[in-house]
Amino acid sequence: MKAGRFWAWVVFALGAAYFFIPLIATVEFSMRMRRGVYSFDAYKVVLGDARFQATFGYSVLAAVFTIVLGVLIVVPAAYWIRLRLPQLRPIVEFITLLPLVIPAIVIVFGYIRMYGSNSPLPFLATDTGTNALLVIGYATLALPYMYRAVDTGLRTIDVRTLTEAAQILGAGWGTIISRVILPNVLIAVLSGAFLTFAIVIGEFTMASLLNRPAFGPYLQNIGANRAYEPAALAIIAFAITWGCMSLIQILSRFAPKSANRPN
Amino acid sequence: MADPFLSIQHVRKSFGATTVVEDFNLDVERGEFVSFLGPSGCGKTTVLRMVAGFEEPSAGKIVVGGKDITRLKPNQRNVGMVFQAYALFPNLTVAQNIGFGLKVAGMPRADIDARVAEMLDMIKLPQMADRYPYQLSGGQQQRIALGRAIAPKPKLLLLDEPLSALDAKVRVSLREEIRSIQKKLGITTIFVTHDQEEALSISDRIAVMYGGKAEQVGTPFEIYNRPATKFVANFVGTLNVLEGKVTDAASGKVQVNTQEVELKGKLNGSKSGDMLSLALRPEAISLGRQPGRDASLTGEISEVHFLGSVIRVRVGIGGNIVSLDTFNNSATPPPAVGEKAEISFSSSDMLVLH
Repeated sequence: MKAGRFWAWVVFALGAAYFFIPLIATVEFSMRMRRGVYSFDAYKVVLGDARFQATFGYSVLAAVFTIVLGVLIVVPAAYWIRLRLPQLRPIVEFITLLPLVIPAIVIVFGYIRMYGSNSPLPFLATDTGTNALLVIGYATLALPYMYRAVDTGLRTIDVRTLTEAAQILGAGWGTIISRVILPNVLIAVLSGAFLTFAIVIGEFTMASLLNRPAFGPYLQNIGANRAYEPAALAIIAFAITWGCMSLIQILSRFAPKSANRPN
Repeated sequence: MADPFLSIQHVRKSFGATTVVEDFNLDVERGEFVSFLGPSGCGKTTVLRMVAGFEEPSAGKIVVGGKDITRLKPNQRNVGMVFQAYALFPNLTVAQNIGFGLKVAGMPRADIDARVAEMLDMIKLPQMADRYPYQLSGGQQQRIALGRAIAPKPKLLLLDEPLSALDAKVRVSLREEIRSIQKKLGITTIFVTHDQEEALSISDRIAVMYGGKAEQVGTPFEIYNRPATKFVANFVGTLNVLEGKVTDAASGKVQVNTQEVELKGKLNGSKSGDMLSLALRPEAISLGRQPGRDASLTGEISEVHFLGSVIRVRVGIGGNIVSLDTFNNSATPPPAVGEKAEISFSSSDMLVLH
């Protein structure tokens, strides 16, 4: 038993070292911009760069639109499948997994062929259209995470009985989704939203090929031309992702508790 | 007779090739408490769900207060319902749960608060307004669900096995509370249960269902004492069934094993030589010959169970086993297994099952 615990700690230490050593090295390197002393110069340069602010702002906005689009599509779809079409669940799960196996580059080339300026739906003919297409693309990339998060949330409540209880009390579909279903899966939706946010902030392929001023292409550009700033940017991006994960953890404590679960 | 408040007329429900409810008819008076009693899969919940609007009948119609509601959506019917699984909204407090239907109906806030307080008093949980469902016991949750169902003053209250998930003690107290609230409000109520004791104890009338049909509709007294079919007789209460042969149809004589009993005028339509199933409730049988009992059979005691205040005795009469209970008498020891015993009963208590 004691030997087992010792080896468990060894494995844990090795895993932690594998994770933290490169991270610490990157932090250390990012602070070496000023010769001979540690400083946050690289961070100041990055955060003061107008292109950083513009691209980061663009990606945050794109992430917000992607989350809204994802919630509007996924929550009613996952709800309806659980309520009325459970036989379709395996098919829908398969479809939502496709973005994991189809590379983003294939999707974006498909978009360019389908929605070019000469097509019946010329999304790419205008900046607004291209931005909308990018958000749609992001929503597709985030689909596996958003769908699973929402579906897991729905699994924790008795969707059918709660729906019927609300219906018999006079509620219509809008009220049922907004006041009964959504509040009870809100934490799951937020989990999906933060995962979507993390994906969109770092996404490169779609933004680059659609020529959008997003954070991903900016990261790549800085990485190719500077020494210390890419390390600082990597740490900033990492902090954003971890911030999102922490928020999911914090918010999950406020999830409505199932009546069948003890306090 | 005045028009019934709820009228279920020739209702049928099929799922694909399977028919789960077949030509179901029932009229319920205003303020009446009617139970649907039957085993699992008999169609009782399906009928209730059709009244609620969750299932659409394949044929027939449902009329409430003179209005055909067959094709109305559940949220247009003004019907209250309590579910087996409570179905309280986990994200809302007790007060918000009870006020949900009122808020949906657009009632002013002050009126909602007043009605919620009234409901909490009625279900005797006035101190629970700010609790969440997960902080309540099963019995408390079901009371809240009852308060929520009746808060919008529905025309009809539907109870879908509301006591099944509760422990025995709570079940008894809550069923009495449900009945008392129902009487106080005078609300027409349909109660679905598979528990005969529940149905017998609180209903004005019971519809015993089997195979998607109502086998018999009647008061608890009628259902128990005058079962119309073999199924009802077997399903409701404990029943001793004896196989007999009509020996003289004219005088009502039936042979059970090798002994003869006379069932004056009860053999309606049977001919001499016909085989019959005869039924006797345990409480209609006495051990030994008793005054006022005009029929008797003799057998051998096969089992004796001492249960404290009651002694359960089983007597074998040929291939038939008759079970009866006698009160414990400290002055008399219980009968012994293997003893010869005579059982007596009134021939009028014997049921002929078809």
